[in-house]
Amino acid sequence: MLRSSQPLTGPNRKRCREDEQLLGTALGEEQRGFVIDTRSAQAAKQARMTGGGTEPKSSYPQWRRLHRPLERGRPLQESFAKLVEACNDPSASMDRWLGRLESCRWLSHVKAALSTACLAAQCMDREEASVLVHGAEGTDTTLLVTALAQVILDPSCRTLLGFQGLLEREWIEAGHPFHLRCARSAYSHARLKQEAPLFLLFLDCVWQLGRQFPFSLEFNERLLLTLFDNAYASAYGTFLCNNEKERCLCKVKESTLSLWGWLNQPAERKKYLNPLYSPNALVIWPSVEPQSIQLWQGLFFRWIRSSQYLDEAWAEIQRLVDSS
Amino acid sequence: LCHFFAQVENVRLLDRLSSRKAALGTLYLTATHVIFVENGSETRKEIWVLHSQISSIEKQATTATGCPLLIRCKNFQVIQLVIPQERDCHDIYISLIRLARPVKYEELYCFSFNPKLDKEEREQGWKLVDLNEEYNRMGIPNNYWQISDVNRDYGVCDSYPTEVYVPKSATAHIIVGSSKFRSRRRFPALSYYCKDNHASICRSSQPLSGFSARCLEDEQMLQAIRKANPGSNFIYVVDTRPKLNAMANRAAGKGYENEDNYSNIKFQFIGIENIHVMRNSLQKMLEVCELKSPSMSDFLWGLENSGWLKHIKAIMDAGIFIAKAVAEEGVSVLVHCSDGWDRTAQVCSVASLLLDPYYRTMKGFMVLIEKDWVSFGHKFNHRYGNLDGDPKEISPVIDQFIECVWQLMEQFPCAFEFNERFLIHIQHHIYSCQFGNFLCNSQKERRELKIQERTYSLWAHLWKNRADYLNPLYRSDHSQTQGTLHPRMAPCNFLYKFWSGMYNRFEKGLHPRQSVTDYLMAVKEETQQLEEELEVLRERLANLQESQLNDNKVKSKQQERSKQLGLSTSNNSLANTPQEYSNDLKSFPSRSPSQGDEEDSALILTQDNLKSSDPDLSANSDQESGVEDLSCRSPSGGGCLPSEDSGKDSDEAVFLAV
Repeated sequence: MLRSSQPLTGPNRKRCREDEQLLGTALGEEQRGFVIDTRSAQAAKQARMTGGGTEPKSSYPQWRRLHRPLERGRPLQESFAKLVEACNDPSASMDRWLGRLESCRWLSHVKAALSTACLAAQCMDREEASVLVHGAEGTDTTLLVTALAQVILDPSCRTLLGFQGLLEREWIEAGHPFHLRCARSAYSHARLKQEAPLFLLFLDCVWQLGRQFPFSLEFNERLLLTLFDNAYASAYGTFLCNNEKERCLCKVKESTLSLWGWLNQPAERKKYLNPLYSPNALVIWPSVEPQSIQLWQGLFFRWIRSSQYLDEAWAEIQRLVDSS
Repeated sequence: LCHFFAQVENVRLLDRLSSRKAALGTLYLTATHVIFVENGSETRKEIWVLHSQISSIEKQATTATGCPLLIRCKNFQVIQLVIPQERDCHDIYISLIRLARPVKYEELYCFSFNPKLDKEEREQGWKLVDLNEEYNRMGIPNNYWQISDVNRDYGVCDSYPTEVYVPKSATAHIIVGSSKFRSRRRFPALSYYCKDNHASICRSSQPLSGFSARCLEDEQMLQAIRKANPGSNFIYVVDTRPKLNAMANRAAGKGYENEDNYSNIKFQFIGIENIHVMRNSLQKMLEVCELKSPSMSDFLWGLENSGWLKHIKAIMDAGIFIAKAVAEEGVSVLVHCSDGWDRTAQVCSVASLLLDPYYRTMKGFMVLIEKDWVSFGHKFNHRYGNLDGDPKEISPVIDQFIECVWQLMEQFPCAFEFNERFLIHIQHHIYSCQFGNFLCNSQKERRELKIQERTYSLWAHLWKNRADYLNPLYRSDHSQTQGTLHPRMAPCNFLYKFWSGMYNRFEKGLHPRQSVTDYLMAVKEETQQLEEELEVLRERLANLQESQLNDNKVKSKQQERSKQLGLSTSNNSLANTPQEYSNDLKSFPSRSPSQGDEEDSALILTQDNLKSSDPDLSANSDQESGVEDLSCRSPSGGGCLPSEDSGKDSDEAVFLAV
């Protein structure tokens, strides 16, 4: 699986031999590959006007392009803000709750993200084809898809350590602009232009996978919540800045502590383990039917409703597993 | 061999989610079932559907591939068949229509079902749930409440049981007088008594008050209820109908209690909609479930438009109100709706469940249903269509109650002794008519038909298989299981989830592939066994001199067991196949993945690996496929438990029917 940003085809349909060659190396003779473009066909076409575009079939004959538009940027942030508002609204009546939930569109975004990641995984696992994922910049929806696809495909990404490695690789080192994207979160009225909860969307999708495959993730919901917290505000330098270059300039590694260092301490680490975990060597294919996708109550109602009874249930599960 | 009414070959069974997955097989019609058996020697998928379960049959337009027939079941299974010849399809259609609409009770499966128990065992089965014992457990009879035989020949109210519990100060005269002032003669009677504070829940039907009618005895009856609670000087009267409906009833000479006429009552409307609204609500929700590849938007809007979860919440809120009145205020409550056998039953049983942890045990839950639904004359026949009847009487009343219980289980995972499967199987059997508990409309009718002598009790059957229905997280000494449950009333809209385990029960692709419940039960069982063994060992060690030898023997046995446990946990990770994420991939030649065959093989319901308690053979064990091996083991470590409504038992039914 490869990722990139959009090709700069432009309005004149420029070609780039090196790019074609590079992609060519990912495929064997007679093999076909898929390009998963996270923009709609129309948006991708329009991008040409501003110098971007898509891989033309004539220049990349072995690659088949699939468009799976995923929301990002301002609309995604709006979706998030609306959902949080709806959850916090004490006057919300049951009559209108589902409609309100729907109009936030958050769950639709979760469904779309999971579907696209599954598609990428399916191309690789079932069709045994290589996949190139890109949107426009290659820093948002692209990473969402590649990271999620790996959780689906690769059991090592489902271990606690493996998942951290995945985050390092596919989000941090790959240059997701955390500083811009995770600026103020849902309550802020600032509505910054560059803010968007892609990383939260990723965590939500991972939570969905954990719910559908309760034995397959080594880590629990608490880890996901901790990651969410630290992406926005952290005592550690892991999620600082927007890319490796900035982190270098700011001397992040020299002047801050790593979140992973703290998480992986034996005493801390066990809080994030899933008591039901049993290494599952196979690919986990989630259902993306609407009934299978649920609102992440642990996150969205975290401060609204006590999780006491569910916590007790998990404590009981831990107790049962420990005594066995 | 056995007799079938009809047999059609080369029938295709389609899968709703994946149009690619179709099974080819033979369709059989027997006196009691529709059966589909897949061709092929190894993977013989079988689906058995009782005629009682059939809700509707739809013959669709013939296409090039054949004649489609859609069977919708009351347990929400939807079977899509394609029959090659139109003539055959028509015949099956006509036959099914007749078979699914029995005219006499004797046509129902319960009269031919034979679980091979002797007369004594059958009787014992019926005695498992004893309501007299239950009222004794509540602490009755006592200074305030007593049993009354005023209805011993059903002379006062034919939909009530022969034994009713009333306040000590309610004389026969008062009861009879009150019954004449109540719709269907359903006078106020005791549903639940809280011995801690003497508050009670009573139930009745609406008073025939019209605009201004009064009845001295009825007013005395309510006073008697009030006086039976020394802790409070008033009672709540809760009308579970919307105010508008109740007012409209006044024009027909019925209505509700006027606070001016009844001393010391506080009147309250709760506003649960009637059976017609509920029937339509379910219908709309099922239409959403049948959508092909719905978007999140389609689903959420569809669910909202059905209003289903809103109704569930309304019932729950009513139960919470009553539970609060009893537990926190110590005030007695009289509940009614129109006839006092639908909404009243729902609300009283939800309230009881919240109040008393006994009803959250398996036995207690059976008792609860027996008390508030069966004995108090809920019209099972009319509501669930045992026999062909008025479609306007059909309504998912008990289904809603069962869902309320599930919603509570989701909120309080440690509080119930039983699990989701228990609820699903009860719902299944309410419609299956395989057992006699839920036949007819009243105790009177059931006794006339001699149900207990001619059929078997579901409760005995469930009790026998109770290991499958346990909740591993339940501990009777856990804080969640003590005392009253306190679900938040508002705002908790978001807490109500769509119950895909019930309404998409047969869609294997939708559910988590790995059952946490079964895994934890297996773990618990293993731990218990090991602990018991350890105890035995300790004793032996203390007693015997050749302890060394025995130690070695047992160690290898223990290793074997833990190896088995290890084995089965890794079996959890059974492959599953991806659903259709994209139409674009169809054009590529895809390998037929071996993993896909494994998933299908998990669906195979041969007698050997059937979940013992699964009433419906098409109910999948896919959810539990990971722990199949372990769950098949009985506590004694033997082979698989004999399957319940297995293929062979049902063959017997076929023989018998002929």
